[in-house]
Amino acid sequence: MDKFMTLLSKAVPLPNQNVDTDQIIPARFLKATDRLGFGENLFRDWRYNSDLFPNKSFVLNNPDYSGKILVAGENFGCGSSREHAAWALFDYGFRVIVSSFFADIFKGNALNNGLLPITVPEDFLKKLLHTVTSYPDTLVTVNLVEQTLSYANDSITFDINPYSKTCLINGYDDIDFLVSKKEAIIAFEKNRAKEQSH
Amino acid sequence: MGKSLFEKVWDAHVVHTIENGPQILYIDKHLIHEVTSPQAFSEIEKRNLPLFRANQIVATADHNVPTQNQHLPIKEALSKKQVETLTDNCKKYGVTLYGLGHPYQGIVHVIGPELGITQPGMTIVCGDSHTSTHGAFGSIAFGIGTSQVAQVFASQCLLLDKPKKMRISVSGKLKNGVLPKDVILYIIAKLGTNAGTGFFVEFAGEVFEKMSMEGRMTVCNMSIEMGARGGIIAPDKTTFDYVKGKEFAPKGEELKAKIAYWKTLKSDADAVFDKEYQFDGADIAPMITYGTNPGMGIKITEKIPNLQDESFDKALVYMGLKKDTSLLGLPVNYVFIGSCTNSRIEDFRVAASFIKGRKKAANVNALIVPGSQQIAKRIKEEGIQAIFESAGFEIRQAGCSACLGMNEDKIPAGEYCVSTSNRNFEGRQGPGARTFLASPLVAAITAIEGKIVDVQQYLN
Ligand code: SF4
Repeated sequence: MDKFMTLLSKAVPLPNQNVDTDQIIPARFLKATDRLGFGENLFRDWRYNSDLFPNKSFVLNNPDYSGKILVAGENFGCGSSREHAAWALFDYGFRVIVSSFFADIFKGNALNNGLLPITVPEDFLKKLLHTVTSYPDTLVTVNLVEQTLSYANDSITFDINPYSKTCLINGYDDIDFLVSKKEAIIAFEKNRAKEQSH
Repeated sequence: MGKSLFEKVWDAHVVHTIENGPQILYIDKHLIHEVTSPQAFSEIEKRNLPLFRANQIVATADHNVPTQNQHLPIKEALSKKQVETLTDNCKKYGVTLYGLGHPYQGIVHVIGPELGITQPGMTIVCGDSHTSTHGAFGSIAFGIGTSQVAQVFASQCLLLDKPKKMRISVSGKLKNGVLPKDVILYIIAKLGTNAGTGFFVEFAGEVFEKMSMEGRMTVCNMSIEMGARGGIIAPDKTTFDYVKGKEFAPKGEELKAKIAYWKTLKSDADAVFDKEYQFDGADIAPMITYGTNPGMGIKITEKIPNLQDESFDKALVYMGLKKDTSLLGLPVNYVFIGSCTNSRIEDFRVAASFIKGRKKAANVNALIVPGSQQIAKRIKEEGIQAIFESAGFEIRQAGCSACLGMNEDKIPAGEYCVSTSNRNFEGRQGPGARTFLASPLVAAITAIEGKIVDVQQYLN
């Protein structure tokens, strides 16, 4: 997994609430056998009209907006547990998602893929959405070490559990951690085999 | 303080606890299928990691397979590639695969139990939310994401926070015509689709004690539809009798020792739960859903409720139904008996015992899809297939089929389908398809009548 410490980037506003993983990546694109290329179909049915032409009014098709930070409405990532949603966001180029609430499974999937979900209070989110929408060149700074997010004259500290933080900063993920515990796992297996033979 | 069944099994699998953090949980059995495993195999390959315990993994192809002409190459290119990738990966890493054409192939949650892979007291995972099915045996079984599939490949373990404990007790006896599917649809309708979020649910009480293993699997299968991580039922003689003699079940002295251990797997009398619910079995009636989530269910004779809510209205528009009306008499053109919820031998026996000597209604397309090759074989041997065929039902080969709109079997847009599966989401059975979830008995009667009828009156 890529290491993550700080990020300075413009942000893309997506104020919709309850964005579900079916919208992030529709089911018909789950037949792939690798993790790459899902970015192409990120928000597919919002990005393209039924005639397959880009929907000009959708934010990802607006040349004014770009950046590695997605600022989204409440309850982002609800619905099906498909990890493909996190892959699609990452593959498209996002590294941070800011919202006032994340669905549980999506949050876990994001962290497992080096995508940082930052939960901020409702009113902070509103102001941030307003600013990045009105001033698309606004730069947002995310400092994971300090656990801060700042832009213009505003700044906030955010929560993240210490285990996930360590993983992101070191570019470790659960696999690396579990593999590092191999001896304990083997000891557990041996111990159990002994118990069961009694 | 005593321990609950869930805690006993969980605690026996904790390898290590991180201070202020998650626990490392050891996984006994890992089931995989074609849709959620390819990226996990690439992940360990990319990191040059071996499969830590290949012999604890079993693979099958079920979601993305056709249910006709399984001996021929799969027509759709992407589906074909997904299934072939599974075959290649299993060969490369030495994983047992019951792929298309194998006599053990079938829906992953059907074949685990019927082969004796699923046993009491185990931890079982699969990259599929309905892994909760296996909890019927008194094991901790739950669905995982693809990164977690890779974690189990690499270490046979997962990093998890321990869920909270809930117990749902149903006492008394079930009425005639009320099946396990009705019990779980009733519970979800009462508690809602979010009631279980953050919990592992133990089902207890007389109704579950008297239930067959097939019925318990139906109940645990749908525990995920109330938001729970999984369901679990204490193993008893019914469980031991079911496991005994299965292909990969322990035998002889080993079995005796195991049973002695399995008998200890029940909640202590003084175990404390974070949440408890109690229901009376006599209040449960044949159920049906009318909306676009599994919690939108009613007794088949009840009217659709009259709620003032935007998403409720949206669901009814999608279903083409109105508030405060009854479903009785509504014409239905599709009936699907299958899926990991209701495609076991007992489900087909119930349906066949009703259908015997009758014919399906002319307007109905009735699809019977056994959960596994072994069940397909068995319904033939028991003469059930002949009953379905002479009633005009179509019998297919094993797979997930019309449960999800991924393979070739889909319900056309705008059509109603009474389905024994577990999800009635918008588009779940195909774009625009309208799903009524119900028991195999309700499905069978609908197929004969061509419309929704009052099952209990019908049986009397
Ligand atoms: S039958 Fe349906 S619910 Fe069950 S595993 Fe297959 S797709 Fe999932």
